[in-house]
Amino acid sequence: MLITRKAEFSASHICRNPGLSESENRELFGAAANPHGHGHNYVLEVTVEGAPDPVTGMVLDLKALKETLNREVVEIYDHRFLNREVPPFDHVIPTPENIAIDIWNRLQPHLNGPRGRLHGVRIYETPDLYVDYFGDAA
Amino acid sequence: MIGLVEVTRKYRFSASHRLHAPQLGPAENRELYGKCNNPFGHGHNYEIAVTVRGPVEALSGRAVDPELLDGLVRRQVLEPFEHRNLNEEVAAFRTAVPTSENLGREVLRRLKQNWLAVFPAGGVRLERVAIAETSRNAFEVSAHEIE
Repeated sequence: MLITRKAEFSASHICRNPGLSESENRELFGAAANPHGHGHNYVLEVTVEGAPDPVTGMVLDLKALKETLNREVVEIYDHRFLNREVPPFDHVIPTPENIAIDIWNRLQPHLNGPRGRLHGVRIYETPDLYVDYFGDAA
Repeated sequence: MIGLVEVTRKYRFSASHRLHAPQLGPAENRELYGKCNNPFGHGHNYEIAVTVRGPVEALSGRAVDPELLDGLVRRQVLEPFEHRNLNEEVAAFRTAVPTSENLGREVLRRLKQNWLAVFPAGGVRLERVAIAETSRNAFEVSAHEIE
């Protein structure tokens, strides 16, 4: 069974590769290369997989999942300049692809028990663009 | 080792259509398609979601250049479909009924047939297309279902 919990955070970022010239960055990333940064209201959907406990009828404690998302992601990402304040984005470009992978890496150690195993991370950069990551086995 | 990511981008267009199967009689068509069989046609604000799958490139940190994807979808789908009568103005729907099922397949077919002109072989792949005629219905077609 799959269970999805949603969380939101707002953050700023710059998408540019320091190994490329200004014009190459503009060509590759468009407006997202603006060196002053810009921001988004990100929406995160985290999906866990598991079987309901026969006694509680629950796969996992949703309150605990909410606290894990808050502690491991929202408190770290919310109202931050990702490139400057949230590693690894001091050296990894904070595209939604890399953000999905980073959030997976942050959550996976906490969601790998017999009840509730991390299945997927979906991050919406805007309502019209989202990225799914299902781990390195996918 | 980093796995593959899926990137999904949503687009919108508005178009009119009429659901009518020429193999069936007038009464059967009315029975089957209801209001959608109105001979004068009717329209929708369509929303499509295009999902691609690929590795994250080190240079860009991305799996797909959204501008390239937007350009392909604009040329192959949005421009030919936007504010059109699908039955009259899109060749595929002269023979196929423009249901959401067939529309989803046509969108996917157009993107798949023109994919390699934009994205090199061995890179990011077209995975699936979802289409919603209204917010109450959703249809999804996977790339492997279409030639």
